[in-house]
Amino acid sequence: MWVLAAFRLPLTRLRPGRMAPARSDGYARTRKGPTRMTATRLDEDFTSSVHVYEPHRAGLPRFAPYFKELWRRRQFASELSRATMHSANTDTVFGQLWLILNPLLLAAVYFVLVTILRSGSSGPEFFVHLVAGLFAYYYFSGAMQAGASSVVGGGRLLLNTSFPRMLLPLSAVRTAFFRFLPTLIVYFPIHLIMGQTVHWEMFAALYFLAALTVFATGMAMFFATLQVYFRDTTTFLPYFVRIWLYLSPVLWYPEDVPERFQSLMVLNPLYSMLGGWGDLLVRGDVPQLSLWVGAAVWAVLALVVGGLFFMSREREFAVRL
Amino acid sequence: MQSVSEASAVTHADAAVYPAVRVHDVSVTYRTTFERTPTFKNALVRLGRGERAIKEVHALQDVSFEVPHGATIGIIGANGAGKSTLMRTIAGILPPTKGRIEVHGRVSTLLALGVGFNSALSGRENVVLGGLAAGLNRKEVKERYEEIAAFAELGEFMDLPMRTYSSGMFSRLAFAVAVHMDPDILLIDEALSAGDAKFKQKAAAKMKELVGQAGTMFLVSHALGSVKEMCNDALWLHKGKIMVRGKPDDVIAAYNKFLKVGEDAFTLEDL
Repeated sequence: MWVLAAFRLPLTRLRPGRMAPARSDGYARTRKGPTRMTATRLDEDFTSSVHVYEPHRAGLPRFAPYFKELWRRRQFASELSRATMHSANTDTVFGQLWLILNPLLLAAVYFVLVTILRSGSSGPEFFVHLVAGLFAYYYFSGAMQAGASSVVGGGRLLLNTSFPRMLLPLSAVRTAFFRFLPTLIVYFPIHLIMGQTVHWEMFAALYFLAALTVFATGMAMFFATLQVYFRDTTTFLPYFVRIWLYLSPVLWYPEDVPERFQSLMVLNPLYSMLGGWGDLLVRGDVPQLSLWVGAAVWAVLALVVGGLFFMSREREFAVRL
Repeated sequence: MQSVSEASAVTHADAAVYPAVRVHDVSVTYRTTFERTPTFKNALVRLGRGERAIKEVHALQDVSFEVPHGATIGIIGANGAGKSTLMRTIAGILPPTKGRIEVHGRVSTLLALGVGFNSALSGRENVVLGGLAAGLNRKEVKERYEEIAAFAELGEFMDLPMRTYSSGMFSRLAFAVAVHMDPDILLIDEALSAGDAKFKQKAAAKMKELVGQAGTMFLVSHALGSVKEMCNDALWLHKGKIMVRGKPDDVIAAYNKFLKVGEDAFTLEDL
């Protein structure tokens, strides 16, 4: 420990007569200033000039430097997401058209299905509800599934460079969001064509969209970690996603839940998020308080659990890939 | 035989206040699975049979050494000796299980061939991503991009997906990226095997230039000739332990002798 203690002193006090090696000193000056090479700099991971690597007792990195570095390299996440969209042709006109057509056609299929099951009682309002719900659901499942494969898919970069691995699932969520945006734009003409009114309450739907995003981020990090250990996670996910769709208020209205299942619905995070989203955006109904609280609680819970799980495991990724 | 501590005391005592890299009593043990692709299905099947697919790998055991600024150190040893693990630990990619590593300077890594690139993306995108991941900002990456492209000599291939590249082109770009990150410490792992002769010369010249600017270089190589030629310091790892540390000629001589005599008959007193 004496080494650490010695380094905690600023350079000048440590060896007044001697200079640090020219090159690294030069760097320290240009990047942070030479006097900053004190204990705090030394203890940081990923920083550009001084690194100390030691075993981590609890498996979790120190939060302050981790998130600082995560923020500093945010450009990497956005560039990765941009490049991914470019390679998938998402940034072309037809690529974007497909992003809209796919859930829209699905909405048409489900509309026919539900209309037959209900013996022809669903009207245009239900179609709009279906479209709004499916668009949001697709956003969520896209973020979760892309996030799940982000770490294993980015494996080659992971093996060569040390950076906060959380950038990978975050980048996947960003990609999913930019794939969702065109569908959100298309929603409004559909809303108007189907004869729905515009209300101020629609803006409040953004709250539920934000909750959905945070929740999706947490789930993306959770499944990204799981995918490293079990490579068939992404094979199971589609079934999981499909069941979850049927359990969520997309093909039905939140108030359609039978009495005996009503109390169980809080257990489904998407019930409050998609329920609140649909109520506000489509019908302009302000949902009851339990949906607002439920959405926030689930979103934060998923983010914390998923984030901690990811961070506690991310140091092991390099040997597991 | 010169022990490790003596070697560092004699040769490097006055080199610098801080060595470029100080590895103190480091052990790396990791658990990995011997399955090629671990799946939940296989885990369940194994659980039914009461098996576990986890293997503990003692990649490095109580390794201590220091490397001063400006040194070029060659790391040699058989496959599985822990050379790549050592590189990854110094780069901060693998955390040590025990001990402490101090690295003074910006590290740039060029580990194992083809690693670090996403083959679905173009060379240009990969260069930008690699730079940003290494902690540069967009402006700094942009400044370096032209140099990197010129050095790699890939021409129009820079804008094609990297799956269209030959392995030589891959390694040229990888090398170009690694050396243009302005590293203080450059870690190169077996990366030059795929380039053609002309590029190898160019790469060697560039590495000499970096070392000339008081940069420090770690070179993992099975080509003992290039270690002898490039390095002024050498380290021989065997099964996760340091066998000999010293002048390249001596270390390589010891290593060659070891290869000839075989592990059982070999003792360090023979040297």
